[in-house]
Amino acid sequence: MSGIILPGADGALYPRNRDWHPPANTPGYKSTTFRAPKHALLSLGGTASELTGPTFGHSSINPLDNDLIRNYSQDGSEAIGQRLIVYGQVLDENARPVPDTLVEFWQANAGGRYRHKKEAYLAPLDPNFGGCGRTLTDENGFYSFRTIKPGAYPWPNGGNDWRPAHIHFSVFGHAFAQRLITQMYFEGDPMIWQCPIVGSIADKSAIDQLIARLDRHNTTPMDALAYRFDIVLRGRRSTMFENKLEGN
Amino acid sequence: MLHPVPTLKETPSQTAGPYVHIGLTPNFAEIRGVYDADPGSTMLTDDTKGERIIITGRIFDGSGALVNDALLELWQADADGSYTAPMGPNSNSAPAFTGWGRQPTNAEGIFTFETIKPGPVPGPDGRPMAPHVNLWIVARGINIGLQTRLYFEDEAEANATDFVLNKIMDPRRRLTLIARKEAGDVPRYVLDIHLQGDKETVFFDM
Ligand SMILES: [Fe+3]
Repeated sequence: MSGIILPGADGALYPRNRDWHPPANTPGYKSTTFRAPKHALLSLGGTASELTGPTFGHSSINPLDNDLIRNYSQDGSEAIGQRLIVYGQVLDENARPVPDTLVEFWQANAGGRYRHKKEAYLAPLDPNFGGCGRTLTDENGFYSFRTIKPGAYPWPNGGNDWRPAHIHFSVFGHAFAQRLITQMYFEGDPMIWQCPIVGSIADKSAIDQLIARLDRHNTTPMDALAYRFDIVLRGRRSTMFENKLEGN
Repeated sequence: MLHPVPTLKETPSQTAGPYVHIGLTPNFAEIRGVYDADPGSTMLTDDTKGERIIITGRIFDGSGALVNDALLELWQADADGSYTAPMGPNSNSAPAFTGWGRQPTNAEGIFTFETIKPGPVPGPDGRPMAPHVNLWIVARGINIGLQTRLYFEDEAEANATDFVLNKIMDPRRRLTLIARKEAGDVPRYVLDIHLQGDKETVFFDM
């Protein structure tokens, strides 16, 4: 159901609410200073080029891809850290599930250290933790993966800035104009509210949308805590799910 | 309902950060053994129809520095101007050309896609748009992914009437989207992307 404009749809997405997203230039996050475009974005509406998008088959995903506790194991042992199940539903702005879409995630290890040659934080690497994974949403738009809780880490921005524990997410949807990268934070973390990257978002209720909720109901006893993080992608003004195929 | 209104708000974007390569091109980031190959690293198969080309360029920031921690995705039509029909979720057969590629910028800030020249796609006015590929760029310091297009220098006639290029009022800015051609066994189309400054690339709200 992707890669083509849906039959009967006018195809158009709701315009992106740029006030809900962080603006390009946010001085508190210094890397934006030279990387934020200064010209206004050119409004395009959307053509076939933006309203189609790539799709991914289940054959492209391996069984361990959504298990960060084991997918980089070097010696058969598991990654160190607080064991988590992170799950949620990918929906569009019409509250319709987005099935069969690729969700990718990456994160620091339990000590807050990334496996990257430019990483300078002195926290140790975990030999059995790579820090990346992926999965496809099911027919109801749900995804889940197993991981360890990432540590907070310091970063060069202000004199002493620390990132709250977070997991980076990349989501496709079914149109190239739905493409989204974001970060998930953990309910109750006081460090969320002092982070310049979180603070690039003006609206507190928008930030709230990035905070995963502890879900005691879905924890695995004696194994893993569960956090729920739902993701909303842009929606179409009308789709094939409408009764009328005329696009209203 | 005549005009459905959205009931949910889009999840806000956050920067991909300095380590986007870990998540999206782990083999390039030297995290080996998790994925057989980085997703989107190869766009072509022996069965792909169309003229082989290379699309390459550099990304510059507003201070003129090369951006070596960016990630680009490319989405394009096939040689006939069609966007690839989807793979079924349980399909084991990949199409000969998916139209999607993903590449990091390397230590020199260079990105390179090996692909085919796309055919013309119908525009909203019913006339064909000039051949183009769609690009999406994320990196540290980019709060929300940047969307743009790359057009081809040797399609001057089609470019002159293109629906999107003609929305750009300043003809000098139009040129920020047109890749220059370097002939060779495999033609190379070269386009530098400027995030900011005199030569700032045109980015779209689509
Ligand atoms: Fe991070």
